[in-house]
Amino acid sequence: MELLKSIGYFVIFPGFLFTAAVGLLASWIDRKVTARVHWRKGPPILQPLYDIVKLMGKETIVPQGSSRLTFLLSPLFGLSATIIVSTLLWRTIISPSTTFLGDLIVVLYLLTIPSLAVIMGGFASRNPLASLGASREMKLILAYELPFILVALIPVIKAGTIRMGEILSYQLNHGIVIGSLSGIIGFLVAILCMQAKLALVPFDMAEAETEIMGGTYIEYSGAPLAIYKLTRAMMLFVVPMFLICIYCGGIDFAHGWLHILLGVLKYVGLLVVIILIRNTAPRVRIDQAMKFFWGPMTGLAVLGIVLALLGI
Amino acid sequence: MNLKLKALTKSPWVFHICTGSCNNCDIEILDALTPRFDIERFGMVKVGSIRHADVLLVTGAVSRKAGPRLKRLYEQAPKPCFVVAIGSCALGQGIFKGSYNMPEPVDKYIPVDAYIPGCPPKPEAMIAGLVKLIEKLRGK
Repeated sequence: MELLKSIGYFVIFPGFLFTAAVGLLASWIDRKVTARVHWRKGPPILQPLYDIVKLMGKETIVPQGSSRLTFLLSPLFGLSATIIVSTLLWRTIISPSTTFLGDLIVVLYLLTIPSLAVIMGGFASRNPLASLGASREMKLILAYELPFILVALIPVIKAGTIRMGEILSYQLNHGIVIGSLSGIIGFLVAILCMQAKLALVPFDMAEAETEIMGGTYIEYSGAPLAIYKLTRAMMLFVVPMFLICIYCGGIDFAHGWLHILLGVLKYVGLLVVIILIRNTAPRVRIDQAMKFFWGPMTGLAVLGIVLALLGI
Repeated sequence: MNLKLKALTKSPWVFHICTGSCNNCDIEILDALTPRFDIERFGMVKVGSIRHADVLLVTGAVSRKAGPRLKRLYEQAPKPCFVVAIGSCALGQGIFKGSYNMPEPVDKYIPVDAYIPGCPPKPEAMIAGLVKLIEKLRGK
């Protein structure tokens, strides 16, 4: 019975099906808001689902001379990591007391795996442009992980624990982390790191459509491409939700529907901020991105940590 | 009609191939992709890689050099994939008919599913042509 329940958690409710549905909805919001920014009407609400179903039905081509096993398995690698993160996160949000010690570290770890899967797939596909994209993605991971982990430490210092459930209950009792100066600084840095993590403009140089024609995805077609698209849609849901958990108090299920609505509004607001950044910024070069993350962003993150240690 | 094809008619991703045109049709294709016409309403998105393509938009009277490459690009596209010939040159070579370096039009190299005439066709004509292709696929 316990086993069935666990499988249910992974496959149905907080895991695969739920995250996929909300992620596809989020990617529709992304496309719709983008369309409104252009003064267009935009695609219908089921458009991301049509794309996935269509790609599932297309032929899958494995390029000659590529590493077949790695090429076909790396999308699944990324997808499974995203499912586990989502399950952990939602278990924490729904019942903060059931999580284990150090789940924050596990989540930070698993959030890099979709990017690693993209790198593996890109190198396995034996395409020069895909290799270029994969090498850029590698440098980007090196660049943004440092400030991202530093700003993830700010709520840890505030709450004095590395258990995500306890960070949530701390915020319930003492006010949310973003209410303090160090929280505001940390959240700003975290938004920009998230932009790079989700590979959105201005940090989408790994797949730059107009420059290296889709980069790491260039040789993918059919079902593997559909899985990559699905993983990206799910990440668009999971990463902002993670930031809302550690910075803005998550979604409060215990105190009535008004609090749940507030939690959903927090997520949608953060999503719209990401989309507006994506639509108003040009793509930067990889060296500019590295300078940006290792220079000002790391500096701000360290400042945030110092302020948090001083209790401001 | 099966689900596969139905989903394809809801999100045909287009890929643009120029086989030696004067670039006028190409500019009109880019016009059709601008916010003014908003073809994303029909799920159409321009993709950068041939592996993601569902509909190939071919322009130009195929030159001797471009012919084998056109064939190769068609073979690289994952099936099911459809071809739309755009402009007088792609349909019947236009003013280049009988030219020494333009042996045959597009439909002698690869199967063409829809023809959109004009020199160049307006974006409205292209959208009408693509809608006709979609209706043909849906079996109306």
